[in-house]
Formats: sequence, C-alpha cells, structure tokens
Amino acid sequence: MHKVYHRVHNIAGNVINIRAEGVRYRELAEVTSRNGTSLAQVIRLQDDEVSLQVFAGARGVATDAQVRFLGHAMQVPFSEALLGRIFTGAANPRDRGPELSDNLVDIGGPSVNPAKRIIPRNMVRTGIPMIDVFNTLVESQKLPIFARAGEPYNPLLARIALQAEVDVIVLGGMGLKHDDYLYFRDTLEESGALSRTVMFVHTASDPIVECLLVPDISLAVAEQFALEGKRVLVLLTDMTGFADAMKEIAITMEQIPSNRGYPGDLYSQLASRYEKAVDFDGAGSITILAATTMPGDDVTHPVPDNTGYITEGQFYLRNGRIEPFGSLSRLKQQVNGDTRDDHRTIMDTMIQLFAGYRETLEKQSMGFRMSDWDSKLLKYGERFEKEMMDLSVNIPLEQALDLGWHILADCFEPMETGIQSKLIDAFWPKSAVGDSSSASAKATADKQESEDTTETEADAEPTDEQPQSEKNAEKPEEATAPNA
Amino acid sequence: MSQTQGTIVGVNGNMITVEFKDAVSMNEVGYARLGELRLMSEIVRIRGTRADLQVFEDTSSLSVGDPVDFTGELLSVELGPGLLTQVYDGLQNPLPKLAEECGFFLQRGTYLSALPRDTKWEFTPTAAAGDTVTAGEELGSVPEGIFKHRIMVPFRMRGTYTVDSVVAAGTYTIEDTIATLKDEQGETIEVSMLQRWPVKMPIQAYRERLRPTEPLVTKSRIVDTFFPVARGGTYCIPGPFGAGKTVLQQLTSRHADVDVVVVAACGERAGEVVETLREFPELSDPRTGKSLMDRTIIICNTSSMPVAAREASVYTAVTLAGYYRQMGLNVLLLADSTSRWAQALRETSGRLEEIPGEEAFPAYLESVIASFYERGGVVTLKDGTTGSVTIGGTVSPAGGNFDEPVTQGTLKVVGAFHGLSRARSDARRYPAIDPLDSWSKYPSVVDNDAVEMGRSVLRRGSEVGQMMKVVGEEGTSLDDFILYLKSEYLDSSYLQQNAFDPVDGATPAERQKHVFGVLTSFLRASMSFPEKTAARSFFHQLTQTTRDWNRVDMGAKEFKDIQERLEQMVSEVTVNA
Ligand SMILES: Nc1ncnc2c1ncn2[C@@H]1O[C@H](COP(=O)(O)OP(=O)(O)O)[C@@H](O)[C@H]1O
Ligand SMILES: [Mg+2]
Repeated sequence: MHKVYHRVHNIAGNVINIRAEGVRYRELAEVTSRNGTSLAQVIRLQDDEVSLQVFAGARGVATDAQVRFLGHAMQVPFSEALLGRIFTGAANPRDRGPELSDNLVDIGGPSVNPAKRIIPRNMVRTGIPMIDVFNTLVESQKLPIFARAGEPYNPLLARIALQAEVDVIVLGGMGLKHDDYLYFRDTLEESGALSRTVMFVHTASDPIVECLLVPDISLAVAEQFALEGKRVLVLLTDMTGFADAMKEIAITMEQIPSNRGYPGDLYSQLASRYEKAVDFDGAGSITILAATTMPGDDVTHPVPDNTGYITEGQFYLRNGRIEPFGSLSRLKQQVNGDTRDDHRTIMDTMIQLFAGYRETLEKQSMGFRMSDWDSKLLKYGERFEKEMMDLSVNIPLEQALDLGWHILADCFEPMETGIQSKLIDAFWPKSAVGDSSSASAKATADKQESEDTTETEADAEPTDEQPQSEKNAEKPEEATAPNA
Repeated sequence: MSQTQGTIVGVNGNMITVEFKDAVSMNEVGYARLGELRLMSEIVRIRGTRADLQVFEDTSSLSVGDPVDFTGELLSVELGPGLLTQVYDGLQNPLPKLAEECGFFLQRGTYLSALPRDTKWEFTPTAAAGDTVTAGEELGSVPEGIFKHRIMVPFRMRGTYTVDSVVAAGTYTIEDTIATLKDEQGETIEVSMLQRWPVKMPIQAYRERLRPTEPLVTKSRIVDTFFPVARGGTYCIPGPFGAGKTVLQQLTSRHADVDVVVVAACGERAGEVVETLREFPELSDPRTGKSLMDRTIIICNTSSMPVAAREASVYTAVTLAGYYRQMGLNVLLLADSTSRWAQALRETSGRLEEIPGEEAFPAYLESVIASFYERGGVVTLKDGTTGSVTIGGTVSPAGGNFDEPVTQGTLKVVGAFHGLSRARSDARRYPAIDPLDSWSKYPSVVDNDAVEMGRSVLRRGSEVGQMMKVVGEEGTSLDDFILYLKSEYLDSSYLQQNAFDPVDGATPAERQKHVFGVLTSFLRASMSFPEKTAARSFFHQLTQTTRDWNRVDMGAKEFKDIQERLEQMVSEVTVNA
C-alpha cells in the first residue's frame, strides 16, 4: 500500500529530497541505503517535491536509497512494559530488552484544554532544604535548573527523582555524555527506582535529529501514564542541548535566525514541551524538571532567557549549591501555607538575614569596619551555607524548619530576627532564650504582631513587607541578583 | 459569497500554499479539508494563482492535492449578548464547551459557536418604525448580567436605513429577527441580535474620537499617582521574566474601575489563566457585589496552542472590547504578552521568507503594533454618550533588555510606560515598576505639583543612594542622608503595595489623594536629627507606622488615630514647625 521511491535528488545537512505524490506532512519514511536504514520525517511539501529529515543523519545516504513511506507520523509504543527500559531518542531499545511495538501513540500531540487544568496544590518533597523550605516544588510544576556546564545538575536531578513520591519517572537525555547516562542508569538501578523509570537517551555521539525527538517522546509517554491517573516526574537534561539541535537544523535548513543563531520559534518550541506539565482535572499529573545549561554562565542567553519566560520559576545551581537569590518557585505559595505554621516565616527570615550576610561579606571585602551585628551575620551566613545550602544535606521539611530555628537561635536574639512573638513563643528553642533578651524581644515582636499576622496568613511573598532590620535596609542589588 | 475552491500544493510548518481558480481576497478564511476534519486558515499572501495560508491548527497529515474551501469571509467573531463571562480561545471557541465535547485535549478542527443559540434574551425595543438609523445606532436592548446590552444596527451596514419594523418587547434568541430595515434603494434587511465582524478591522460606528483625559483608576498607587492610565488610553508593561508583569495585570483586572475587562492571555502559561478562570467566579466585584466573572471575558491562547491563532487572539480580544465600547461602556483590555504575538508574526514572516528586520522581526512590526494600540480610545457615540477602550499590554523583552524591537515599537505609540525592573523585583519591592524610568502622558489622580515634588525626592534620593555605595555612609552629609531616607520612605510606604492585603492591595483615588497629601507634607518638612542613626531609626518607625496605616480602612477611627500619630512624629523632628 505504501509506495517506495528510489531516487534521492538532493541531499543537504540531514535533509534529503525526493519527488513523490500522496505523501502527508510529518509522515515517517524508512530510508535504506547500503550503509543502513533510518527513519525520516517529512518536513516540507512543495508540489511534488518532498523534504525529509533523516533521523540518523544523511551521512552515507545514497542517491538511489530506497524511501518507503509508513503512512503515519512519529509514534511511540505505550504500555507498562516500558517501565525499567532504556531507549534511544528514536525509541529503539538501548538496553538488551525486546523491541516494543504495541499500542502506538502519537508524539507531540495537542495541548491540554486550559479548562481541564486545576490549580496545583500538592507539594513534592525532595529532602533538600533549599527546595522544600525556600522554593517549594509543586506537583505539575515545570521548573528548570539553570547551571553552568560542569555544575552537578544531573546528580541533583537524580536525587530529586529518587526522593520524590511519584509513580513514574521518565528521563529524557539530550546530548548526554555517556558517563552521565551510565550514572543515571546505575543510580536508579541501585536504589531500585529503575523499575518505575523509562529512559529515552540521546547521547552526544548519537545522530542530532534523534535529540529533537527526546522531549516529545518522553512527554508523550508521561502523558499516557498521567491519563491513567499516575503522578509522573519527567527529567529532561539538557534542554540547551535540545535547543542547540534545533539551531543546528534550522541553520542547515537556511532559516533566518532571530537571536544568536537560534530560530525565531525557539520560545514556541520550548513552550510546547514545557506546557505538557499539567495537573489534570480528574486524572494524574506531569511534573517537569529540566536542566538548562547556561553558555557562558549568562542568564540572558536565548535558551535560559526564553525558558525563564515559560517555566514556573527556576533553580540556580552555582558552585554546587542552589542559590537562594534568583531561584524562584512561582507555585510555592500554593502549598507553603499548609505545611507548618512557621514555614513562610522561616523562609522569609532566613533569606532576609542571608541577604544581610552577603552584604556584610561585601563590606568586609571593601575593608569597611565590622560591627557586632556584622559578626553575627557572618557566623549565621557560614552556618546557613553549611547546614542548609550544602546539597549533601538531606532532611525532611519539618526537620529543616527545626534546624532553621536552631541556627537562628545560635546566632541571634529573637528580636533581631523580626519574627512575630506568637511564633517565637511557639518555636524558638527554649534553652536559647536568655532571660534578659526575652523581655525586649517580646516588646519588639508585639509591636509588629498586628501587621505580621495578616501577612503570614495571606501574603505569598511577605518578604518585602516585613520590617527590614536596620542592617539590611538597603539591600544592594549585588546581593540579590544571581549573576551580578 | 464566493465559494472558491483550491488545492494544496505545499505544506511548510503551519503554512500551506494553495492553488485557486476564482477570486480570493487577502485575509480571507479558508478551510483545509483533511478527511472529515476542516482546518481553519487565513490567506496571508497571494501570488498569481497561488495563495499562502497560515493554518490555525496543527498541519500534520495534510497532503499536496487536499482540497481547500474558501469562505469569502475575513476572519470574524460573533458579537451579541452572552459574550461576558465566556472563556474563549483565540478564534472565539468557548473552551469549557470544547472540554465537554473533546475532553482533556484541544482536538484540531473542532469549532463551536461562540454564543449560545438557544438562550432567550429579554428584548426591549427603543427604535420605532419610521426612524432613520445608521450602523451602531440602537434598536433595542437586553439585560446582560449587570449591563444594558445595546442591540445595534450591524456595524457592517453602510449608509442610512429606515426602520420598517421592530419586534415587540419579549424574549428572543440571538438569531431571531428583531427588526427589519429598509435601505435607500428600498430593499429590506432583517436584523438579529447576532452580528459578525472581521477582527482585523476597527469598529468605527461612532461619532468622533476624543482625547483620553479622565483617569482610569487601577488602585495601584504607583500607577494612579505617578504613572497614571487614562480611560481610552494605552500603556505597556515591559519587564524581564519573573518581575511581576502577570501579577500586576491580574491585580488590575480585579481592581480597575471599569465596566468590562477583556483578558487576552496571549502565548504565555496556561496555568496563569487557570488561576483567573477558577478564582474569578468566586471573587466579588466591590462595585457591583456580583462575581468578577460577570464583567470579564477571557481570551486564552496560551503558549502551546497554535501560533497563528495566537496572533488572532489579540484581535479577537480588541474586537470584543470595541463592541462593548459601542454600548457606552468603559472597557479595559489587558494583553499578556504582546511579545508573543509579535513572535507569532515573526514566525509567519519567516515561513513566507520575507526580508527580515531587526532580530528577524518583520519590517512592518512597528506599524502592526501601532495600529493595534490605535484601536484603544475614548469615543462619543452616535447618541452622544461616550465609551472607551483602554489597552494595556505586557512586553517580554529578550534578556530583559528594553532596547529591542517590540519594546521600542510599543513605546513609540503608548501613552504610559510601566517598566518593571529586575533590581526592584529581586528586592521584593512590588509592584516592581521602576519609578525613575517609567513615564505617563496622562493626568494623575492627585495634584500635579505634589507628584512632581515626589518624583524629585525619588530622583535625588536615588542619586544619594548611588553615591553612598561608593563613599559609604561616613562620606555622606546628614542632609543628603535625610533626603535619601525620605525617598526610601516614599518608596516603601507608598510606591510599594502589599497585593495580598485586602486594604493595602487596592487604594481608591480618594484615599490616594488624602494619603499622598499627608505624605508630601512629610517630605516637605525640614527635619533635623542629631546623627544618622537617629534619622534612620526615625524613618524606620515612620515607615512601619505608615504601613500599618495603609492596612486600616479609611472609615475606621484607627485611620484618624494613626494619621495623628504620624503627624505628631514628624512634627517632633521638624525644625520651625
Ligand atoms: N505585586 C506582587 N506582590 C507579591 N509578589 C509578587 C508581585 N508581583 C510578582 N510577585 C512574585 O513574582 C513572581 C513572578 O511574577 P509574574 O507576574 O508571574 O512575573 P512575569 O509575568 O513578569 O514573568 C510571582 O509568582 C510572585 O511570587
Ligand atoms: Mg508573566
């Protein structure tokens, strides 16, 4: 039924041209030459001229290659049998398991009707205080990790995947180093999580076109699991690799680039993938965590920049730690009001004091005199970095909040934190409250109570409204901008 | 209407090339047939016997040889009672209905009628047989929620008509004939409550356009006092990601003192629309006590929905806004984000292989932006009443750098600029509108001299602040330091606003006048302190107390008490008081 053609009259980049009729846009074909067989997809039709993008690349494709159209677009087999398996970007087995071919589903399907989405409401626990306490991850969130190449974003992704209470993990690797691929496989295997994981891995040595398929295949599979009611976590690493693959192909197709060689539709391309993150009204959910490496550590580079406009916040990974400034979970306010009474207050207070610490460091480096308060901040900042920010710390949210109180109590008097008295009474470690200080602490805290109570209840970002302590009244931009 | 047929001869992304025989017109709608499916498309270029059409849907599986049916109509929307409270995609498909029909996903090729056909409306005629009428003049009205929805002579009807008959008061559907008109040639035309209008054409069935002068109160202090918006004016909100564009627009959509709000979620996150969608029906409009949804229309073409329909969505939104203006209402259109629409133009232009302008945007970008904002305005209608469309658009500049084509093209045509700064949003100074860079050509809700004084305090205070970073506090004079503290005070107790506090979150014009009056007297006061620490702690105290004041209802006794306390505090440090 499907016609076979034998004459390729043009080959450029990964694109071959043939003359054919009745071919459908985005249809797949099998291209076979002496050097092997590859899938290819129709990317342009003009009269009888058909342009096909060859997944394995056009290298070695002969002018008399046999092109057989398959009558359908790219599909992926979907079943429980996917779990525990590892595939290439073109969905061929990468492990020694059998080829799967039942229950094919289309990839890159239509988007979810906004009317069928619900407002996200479940926290995803990671055991990482910088996430759980300060920028809570929420089920169905789409969140990238912005990092320079070389930062440990892959171990971070693996760790979140292992700790998160999800039903299915889908890993999409794009331009992944072979070592990193093995790292993911071994880590998931050792912890027993491989059996609930599907991996689609394109490594740096695989054909570039396959890299383009990875997000769509991964998300199509995730979507099917989510429709069955499963909570799915999708890890995509590295989305800059995906964007670069798009750039490479756009340039060989002679498309007009818009910004640093990237095609004009970069935003739409990235958005159509990230927007697959969803909490279905009446089914499961898809949460997307993606690594986005920043070429030149530049957040205004088109890939992180467009990503930031699309995603619901970002984690900045820098020097192996999640930076509190610049990192943002836009959805945190949906969940951090219902965890524990002191959650928002600890989040705001500790960050504010940490901003003070950064400012003090700066003053120190400029040779200004250090006051008593500066010394306190220095002590606090060092402990915060060691006990909260260090990625080796792995404790549940409640324990992290308790730890926060202990660090505060070890470094400050209650009044110096600006925390309202109600919470001080309930949470300040008892042994640490000195007799002389508690009276004045109470006085200060009482004064602020009226305003603090309204905020911690209703304010999503109360930081700005909290009385700023004298020392950090003028937060310099340097302390808050991640890339200053 | 022509029923020209065509045949697909090329497919490239969301663009198809179609060979046609008879006449077609630019921007005409055609449907590409794919088996049972019909995919809506619009002609964007004609060359000889071939037309390029942008398809408002995914083009997968289309093939050379597939038929295309042209409609003879330009891309149009339905106008009539029942638009309010609706949630539409960019092509005016009602999304909740679509969900009922298709489930979780937006299936391509499904088009539903925008307005319900079976709803009965309580029609009261106002025109009578023998009246002479022209397009846009009232024939009668129906109540739509809280409004009197005018049923007008369809806008497309040129020339003068005589009313032949109007139906008696009673209930009718939008398709029932409610009047018959006779044109100058004596031909009769039946008119119903439903009319269609091509989205890319402005509705101009009014008498004249006026200059926007009356403030549109958004209840955001930094906006209304310092960078005001006028009814019928235009403004833009550029800002880097995460700076607060969407939150600011969401707040405005809730609090703005207007009759109707049209929200166009254009190419951004679906999740944000879901918040509006799910929350608005629960929130009540303080003006009317009814649900906020009753005055709202949402056009939702989020980032993963088809790109061509994204471009259509802003036109759909502005057409619906213009329609309600014809009823003598004040309408606010909020578009988030106009950059996504510009990018849609860029994608189309790229596929057409047009010669690109800066950053690959089409050369005509600026004129397209200009003519969009031109659709705002305040007008006198044919019956002497006025109506307005105010347009506020966010801009998402690449890299947060305002020196790019969309921001620059927009700044040339709007009347106010609310530039969000990364530094302010990082410091959690919300709303993060930069008080030094932003501007407005419209009149403030408070006295102009006071505003100028406030501006100058902010500017000079910031200069001192900059200097202090270099020379430290030690190297700053006490007078300069006080000036700096005054500007910080104005910033944190007036410009910044806690969006989540019910009182502080929305400040009416009256209150802004009052509070700003008090604050300017503080800023004018000549203060004296023994040294800087004393000055700083005084201003801390003053700031905290003013923030408390901001949270107290203006009618409450506490409001007076705190004001007296503030005045007392200031008089204690004022010399020659
Ligand atoms: N007025 C405000 N008050 C409190 N928080 C705000 C305000 N504006 C923005 N934010 C915070 O900043 C985040 C990003 O704001 P958003 O409007 O989505 O940014 P943008 O649309 O510019 O990308 C929000 O999720 C919220 O946490
Ligand atoms: Mg936004």
